[in-house]
Amino acid sequence: MRVHEHPILGQSEPESISIYFDGKPIPAVEGEPIAAALIAAGVRVLRHTEKSGRGRGIFCGIGRCNDCKMIVDGVPNTRTCVTPAHDGMRVETQYGLGRGSCHE
Amino acid sequence: MNKAQIAVIGAGPAGLSAALEAARAGAQVTVIDENRKPGGQLFKQIHKFFGSRQHQAGTRGFAIGQGLLRDCEELGVSVQLGYPALGIFPDGRVVFNTAQGVRSLFAQRIILATGANENNLYFEGSDLPGVMTAGAAQTMINEHRVLPGQRVLMVGTGNVGLIISYQLLQAGAEVVALVEAAPQIGGYAVHASKLRRAGVPIYTSRTIHRAIGEKTVEGVELVALNEHFQPVPGTGEILCADTVCMAVGLSPMVELAALAGCQMTHIPALGGTIPLHDKNLCTTNPMVYVAGDIAGVEEASTAIEEGRLAGIAAARSLGLGDDGRQQAVQERLLALRSGEFGAKRQQAKEDILRTFKEAMA
Ligand code: FES
Repeated sequence: MRVHEHPILGQSEPESISIYFDGKPIPAVEGEPIAAALIAAGVRVLRHTEKSGRGRGIFCGIGRCNDCKMIVDGVPNTRTCVTPAHDGMRVETQYGLGRGSCHE
Repeated sequence: MNKAQIAVIGAGPAGLSAALEAARAGAQVTVIDENRKPGGQLFKQIHKFFGSRQHQAGTRGFAIGQGLLRDCEELGVSVQLGYPALGIFPDGRVVFNTAQGVRSLFAQRIILATGANENNLYFEGSDLPGVMTAGAAQTMINEHRVLPGQRVLMVGTGNVGLIISYQLLQAGAEVVALVEAAPQIGGYAVHASKLRRAGVPIYTSRTIHRAIGEKTVEGVELVALNEHFQPVPGTGEILCADTVCMAVGLSPMVELAALAGCQMTHIPALGGTIPLHDKNLCTTNPMVYVAGDIAGVEEASTAIEEGRLAGIAAARSLGLGDDGRQQAVQERLLALRSGEFGAKRQQAKEDILRTFKEAMA
């Protein structure tokens, strides 16, 4: 959910672009982290771990922990909390190390 | 960009302040930071700062950040963003990554202002999506303007936990409770009472036992702790929550200082392992200075003053600027480290000084 009105920060920037999450278009603000757009759209599971397959979502939010890695425009292991969103970007849930899509 | 008199690593409040003072003294300064945006954590701080007017009390963090950036630009400080520092060589070479590959910068003095990492806790379900650091939630609400969840449990009641809980309320989330393992609240009473007035319960001697949920957090189980911090059987209580935020302390990011051969000490009151430093923030490697949370976790206002001090001192060691300014900054630091909470940090800082002197003797 977006915080459109804020008592101190005022109004937020409007969503003006779309990115594709596992093929579905979701609205985003140009340049915001991909993870922010996904969270705003209610997406919380960003990847599944290699060994147990358990889901992971954002954890540190500043590029330290790697929990938010996804496949972005075909590139696996992209930290979505620090990667800016651009119009038309394709973002996919990553399974394990995301090798599959690299070799497709 | 392959030479600088002074290289500053980290463009947060400490690093920018260090760069400013060094540039004011006439040094040629380059700042590098791994983030694409400067300011460190300052731009997420939407609350007004405490302290006296000299410490910019009453000013919100992001406004302080904007001021620092403007001054840096005016003084011709080169701020290079998106470059994670990889290491430091004994000859003063700072190695960092760029989109074009690994590059280096030769500097006569290096000021490390790398900040701190958030600590975390392990419990059943702590890997579920919805469990995150308090800083992650703060980044999402204040910087990116999205709510990471609707019903939040905050773990930890230091100032970070208290302030971010209030900011979550401001952003429209519900904070279901704060839990604190210790028998008393860790942070300032003013912050805690704002939350209480808003009807948010703060439970001491209690912690999170587990996060419950199939794919993401759907609930939390709390448990009471005895005086030995052990769970009391039969006290489990389940709350409905979709987000768990952890505000359980910060640890200085000392890796680069370790690579530079700086001797370390361990001071729990300041966050753990810290590079030894003298009163001007020079480490046991005379080329390397530290400032801000890497020199002991405190607050943005102390980070700014420490940055200034390190900037002035590093420039002085190269024969630039004059001594006059140092004293005034040291006095302001002393003022920031007074009072009930500050005195402990002042004591810890004095312990570091003593250990530094022993190490250099
Ligand atoms: S959430 Fe930790 S790296 Fe993105």
